[in-house]
Amino acid sequence: MSSKAEQASPTAIKTGVTHQMTGNEAIARGAWEAGVKVAAAYPGTPSTEIMENLGRYPIGDVKAQWSTNEKVALDVAIGGSFAGVRSMSMMKHVGLNVASDALMSQSYIGAHGGLVLIVCDDPGIHSSQNEQDSRLFAKFAQVPVLEPSDAQEALDFTKAAFDISERFDTPVIVRSTTRISHTRSAVLVSERLVPKDLGFRSEVSKNVMVPGHARVRHPMVIARLERLAEELETSDLNRLEMGSSKVGVITASMSYVYVKENLPEISLLKLGLAFPLPKKLIQDFCAKHDRVIVVEELEPVIENDIKSWGLKVEGKEYFPRVGELSPEQVRIGFEKAGILEPEENAAGPQFEPLIRPPVLCAGCPHAMSYTAIRSLDVRVAGDIGCYTLAVGDPLTAIDTTVAMGSSIANATGMYLAGCEEKPIVATIGDSTFIHSGIPPLIDAVYNQANITVILLDNHITAMTGGQDNPGTGKTLRGEQTHSVNFEEMIRACGVSWIERVDSYDAGSMLHTMREAIAYRGVSVLIADRPCVLDPVKIKGPTMSVDKKDCNACQGCMNLGCPALLWSDEWFEGRHIVKIDPTACIGCSVCAQFCPTGAIQPTVDLARKSEKAKVCGAC
Amino acid sequence: MARGREQKNLDPANMTEPVNVLIVGVGGQGVIMVSKVLAQICQDLGYQVKQSEVHGMAKRGGVVFSHVRFGNNVWSPTIPMGKADVLIALEWAEGLRWMGYLRPDTGIFIADTKRIVPPFACRSRILGADIGYSKNTPDDVKEKVAEAFALDATEMATKAGNERAANTLLLGALSTTLPFPNQAWKDVIAKMVPPKTIEVNLAVFEQGQQWITASRKGQPVEGGAFVPLVQPEINRNRTQFSITEAWCKGCDICVKMCPERCLVLNKDQVAELAEPEKCTGCHICEWLCPDFAISLTPMPQEANA
Repeated sequence: MSSKAEQASPTAIKTGVTHQMTGNEAIARGAWEAGVKVAAAYPGTPSTEIMENLGRYPIGDVKAQWSTNEKVALDVAIGGSFAGVRSMSMMKHVGLNVASDALMSQSYIGAHGGLVLIVCDDPGIHSSQNEQDSRLFAKFAQVPVLEPSDAQEALDFTKAAFDISERFDTPVIVRSTTRISHTRSAVLVSERLVPKDLGFRSEVSKNVMVPGHARVRHPMVIARLERLAEELETSDLNRLEMGSSKVGVITASMSYVYVKENLPEISLLKLGLAFPLPKKLIQDFCAKHDRVIVVEELEPVIENDIKSWGLKVEGKEYFPRVGELSPEQVRIGFEKAGILEPEENAAGPQFEPLIRPPVLCAGCPHAMSYTAIRSLDVRVAGDIGCYTLAVGDPLTAIDTTVAMGSSIANATGMYLAGCEEKPIVATIGDSTFIHSGIPPLIDAVYNQANITVILLDNHITAMTGGQDNPGTGKTLRGEQTHSVNFEEMIRACGVSWIERVDSYDAGSMLHTMREAIAYRGVSVLIADRPCVLDPVKIKGPTMSVDKKDCNACQGCMNLGCPALLWSDEWFEGRHIVKIDPTACIGCSVCAQFCPTGAIQPTVDLARKSEKAKVCGAC
Repeated sequence: MARGREQKNLDPANMTEPVNVLIVGVGGQGVIMVSKVLAQICQDLGYQVKQSEVHGMAKRGGVVFSHVRFGNNVWSPTIPMGKADVLIALEWAEGLRWMGYLRPDTGIFIADTKRIVPPFACRSRILGADIGYSKNTPDDVKEKVAEAFALDATEMATKAGNERAANTLLLGALSTTLPFPNQAWKDVIAKMVPPKTIEVNLAVFEQGQQWITASRKGQPVEGGAFVPLVQPEINRNRTQFSITEAWCKGCDICVKMCPERCLVLNKDQVAELAEPEKCTGCHICEWLCPDFAISLTPMPQEANA
């Protein structure tokens, strides 16, 4: 059983009733209902599906697009806001780092048409490089941050965010988390209501951030926040659930449901915004309870603010500051606080868990690229993408990975250090290269670094599930558009050594890579093969192992291909290899490595003759 | 057998706490699909339902899990440890991994015995290395949970005509633990699978139901056999690597082709066995040396050497 092609247009679903939706679907729906007209994003787990869903709404309603990176995406949304329509940009938490430059100034400028940033944090680091708390960014930029706790609130808060943005002339952040974004629950949907286009308002002192203007705007930003905090005291985004006066809990976001799971009757203040806080509401709540405990995921953002007013609250002494919270984590926290009786170990039986790390797919072109890199004994600065998986056994071919686009400049720095004896290689994917790999490449050429850049061009943004990018020649909505010519672009950056090699051609790959490394200066090798999963799932005739020829050398196992496994047979104490035909896509790389020629295309005579019968073309 | 919680009839209508079903497997198996069907039925029947999954790495052969909680009121979308009423595993070792989530006294375990062996399990190169995959059998599990069912759903679905329908067969098995009308299941399945596969999906759904019913009655059932993993061959032979240095021209072929990466070129540009303990004696270097400089000689080793 597999899923049918995605349902019909999302505008066709019935309004006034509930539908099961993920947080991400609900955010897209909320934005559409709020009348958003311009939306831009760069894919990043767990935020990706918001844009994918928004892209299914009519093009006449919303101009939705993948942008080259998060800063570009936010700038596009800011442009929409300048022009007087509701605009939004969505990104993962680390995407906000990239977009933050624009956010910091835009906070001074404010919002003409409603301007909303959806930022999805990843507590627990399910698929990221860190677990920073975006609420701190909201404080830093002096903009409000809304925290929904389920899909319904994700929709409602997104709509509210647009209203707040326009009413208070400010960008607004809606902060989701992996758990909210990827949890499906009932959501009541309604019609789309589009506010009147405001049109561009020429107001240079507000829209042009030169020192003289910015100095005037800064105190206005602070006044805006005070006004916002005061007015939101009575907002229904905050919710009081009063119970016994002994203990009160202040919480928000996902932590709220974990508290309710463990203590459904406890006296509780659920905050809709983590910043700015409703001071009077919290003061009253604290005054009514003997003890007040703050429960929040990651950083003590709410807790520290409340403490700064001289109020006594507890929190992070019971609940972890790292990782994702869970019902049992929150339970343990309340046990530590003496509010719940310690529960006996309630877990079921335990078995030793199988180690199953994520791996590069069967036939992944990156596997061959990294096998070649690994054999050349070089220092490798890696980047963000599927190919980060080459860090693990057996490829073990990456030395560093920092952030999107870091690889090339990291390599330049290693070269400048002057003490690295191995040749220095940077590896970067096509989408990451467009995202933020171009300035460091120009920098490397400009400053005459001696490095090799391997551009792993799999023609898609793969890690996040196969999104189009400027290299694919298709837009979010699947329309044809210009596609970046990497050779021309790289040449224009000043690189004179450029070669494009088929990633599946093991010999050429090794050979060309050696030449690239031998070249003095910046050389760029483009490893070229489409991703095996997207945009189309590739499945060719499979390979198989002739057991009588396999001497179990394990050479092919070094590719780390999930289609290559051990059979039940042995040769001189080593496992004879087999190929799983359901996983194998027939890339033939393993066959190129087999020293005994034991790996050959599977010959299915029955199928061959059947085909011959059907085909009359020749 | 049922202690505390009524086990074979998990009717959310009569319970204050939600019913918790945990569905687990490996990327690409259809875990999310199973949970979507279950969630849809619960919603159709008017229950509050939350379904939570993390799927960032799912496509890359990683672990996939989906929590489904339904009832009159559901708070957390994730099931607390030790509170799952039913654990559905689409892959054997994944079922074992999540066992801690089952209610120790009443939890029901339903697992496909299909093994998806990760490349990581075929990693150890020591002679006679054992596959790094779980050795636990259904009998080990049955001892520790209230009810355990291990069936070869993938094999049964393949026989029925569509290997990918294994998850629907397990849905059939799951349906025997919940009080929902049969028609509700079938309607949702028919709505959610590709039109061409409705027939086979409905057939295997019933097969899954029958399997559990028959198994509970103690009747013999097909597809319940568990094939144990092959144990490693005992082999104490080691090989001695030697090189005629004068013949080696440092071409690097053996160094590049050694599967264990245990050869290096030394400062004189002569191949050298840098990590003898890693050598498995596969003879690749010996065969590929264009100058016949390398030879490998087998030598029997003492049992405890």
